[in-house]
Amino acid sequence: MATIRCDIVSAEANIFHGEAALVIASGEAGELGIAPRHEPLLTRLKPGQVEVIGEDGKRQSYYVSGGILEVQPNVVTVLADTALRADEIDEAAVKRAKEEAERMLENRGDAKTVKQAQEQLTQALAQLSALERLRKNLQH
Amino acid sequence: MAGAREIRTKIKSVANTRKVTSALQMVSASKIRKAQDLMHTSRPYALHMRNVVAHIAQASPDYQHPALREREVKRVCYLVVSTDRGLCGGLNANLFRKVLADIQTWQQKGVGVEIIAIGQKAAQFFRRIKVDLVGTLTHLGDHPRLEKLIGVMKIADDGFMQGKIDRVYLCYNQFVNTMTQRATVDVLLPLPAVAEEIKTGEGDELHPASGDAKVERATSWDYLYEPDAETVIRHVLNRYFEAMVYHATLENLASEHAARMVAMKAASDNATKAIDTLTLVYNKARQAAITQEISEIVGGAAAVGG
Repeated sequence: MATIRCDIVSAEANIFHGEAALVIASGEAGELGIAPRHEPLLTRLKPGQVEVIGEDGKRQSYYVSGGILEVQPNVVTVLADTALRADEIDEAAVKRAKEEAERMLENRGDAKTVKQAQEQLTQALAQLSALERLRKNLQH
Repeated sequence: MAGAREIRTKIKSVANTRKVTSALQMVSASKIRKAQDLMHTSRPYALHMRNVVAHIAQASPDYQHPALREREVKRVCYLVVSTDRGLCGGLNANLFRKVLADIQTWQQKGVGVEIIAIGQKAAQFFRRIKVDLVGTLTHLGDHPRLEKLIGVMKIADDGFMQGKIDRVYLCYNQFVNTMTQRATVDVLLPLPAVAEEIKTGEGDELHPASGDAKVERATSWDYLYEPDAETVIRHVLNRYFEAMVYHATLENLASEHAARMVAMKAASDNATKAIDTLTLVYNKARQAAITQEISEIVGGAAAVGG
C-alpha cells in the first residue's frame, strides 16, 4: 500500500513522525482526508483532531488547537499551535473549561470577552469530540 | 615581612574572584538544562516552518505578497540576538564580528543597514557603531516569551511590507553542543532568498544539507489554498516570522549558558593556578624573612660575645 510521510510538530514538541496511509484533519474549509499523491495543499486548521491512519490500519489521534497543514507530493506537514495525544487530554479539565466558557457566554460582557469565551468553547468542544472518537475507536 | 603581607592580600582577592566565577559556573550549569530542553522542543517546528515557506516561495500563486518577490536590495535589516549579560567568553564578540563583516560588504555596495538589537549586549555594541539602530529589546530573562518579541518583529515586518527595507536577516548563536556555539546569520525575508539558502544548506542540524525544500520541478505548480491564497499565506508568514525569531532567542539562550559555563570554568581553573603560584611565592618570601632574622640574631650574638 502506498504511504505518505507525515510530520506533526508543535512549538512544544515533535509529536508524530512516520508513514501514513491516510491523514484526516479538520481544515478551515472542512474535513480533509489526505491520501498519498494528494495535490499540494496549504490550509489553516481549526481546533480539532488530526488522525493518522498507518499502513497497518492503526489509528492515532492528536488534538490540535489550530495550526497550518501543508501537503507536498510526498509529505504532509502539520504545524500545530499546540498538539496533544488524544489520550493525554484530561476529560475533567476539558469539561470544566467548557462550563466556564458557557457561563461566560451567558453573562455576556463586552465584545472581547465574548469572543474569548467562544474561542474557549470551540476548543473545549473539539477536545471533547476528540476524546469521544478516541473512546469509540478503543471499543472497536 | 612587608612583601609577604602584600602577597597574602593578593591570594585572598584571587580566592574571592574564584568564588564568584565558580558560582556563576554552577548557576549556568543548572540553567543550561532547561534552556536546552526549550530549544530542542522548538527546533523541529522552526525547521519545518522554514521548509514550508521555502515551498511557498517556489509555488506560483496568483496572489502576490511582497515577501514572495525578490527586490533590488537598497536597504537591509539585521535582527541581532545577543545575551543580556556578559561573562560568556567570546560568544557575543564572535557574532558581532560576523555581522559587522556583512554590514561592511553591504555598505561598500552602497546599501543602507538597519539594526534591531535583542539583548543588552547588542544594544550597547551597535549604539557605538555607525548604523541605524531602529529597535532594541532587552531583559528577556530565562524564559523568553513570544509576546515580548512582537514589538521588534513588527518593526522589521512593517519596514519590509512598506518597502523601506528589502531584506531581513536574523543573527544569533546556534547551539551545537556545550563546547561549540555557531554564530549564524539567516535570511528571513524575502522567501526566494530563504529557498536559495536552504538549497545551499550548511549541513548542520538547523540547516540540513538535504532539506525537503529541494523540490525542483520543471513545470510551475501551485498549492490548493483553503479558504484562499491571501488569508493562508498571510497567516503562514506571520507564524513563520514569530517562530523563527522566537526560536533564535532560545538557541541563543542555550548558547549563552553553555558559553558562560565553559568560560567560568576556565576562569576558576586559572584562579586556582594563580593561587598556587602566589602561595609558593609567599612561602619563599616568608622563609627568606625567617632566614634573614636568624642570621641577624646570630650575627648580633657573635658581635656581643666576640
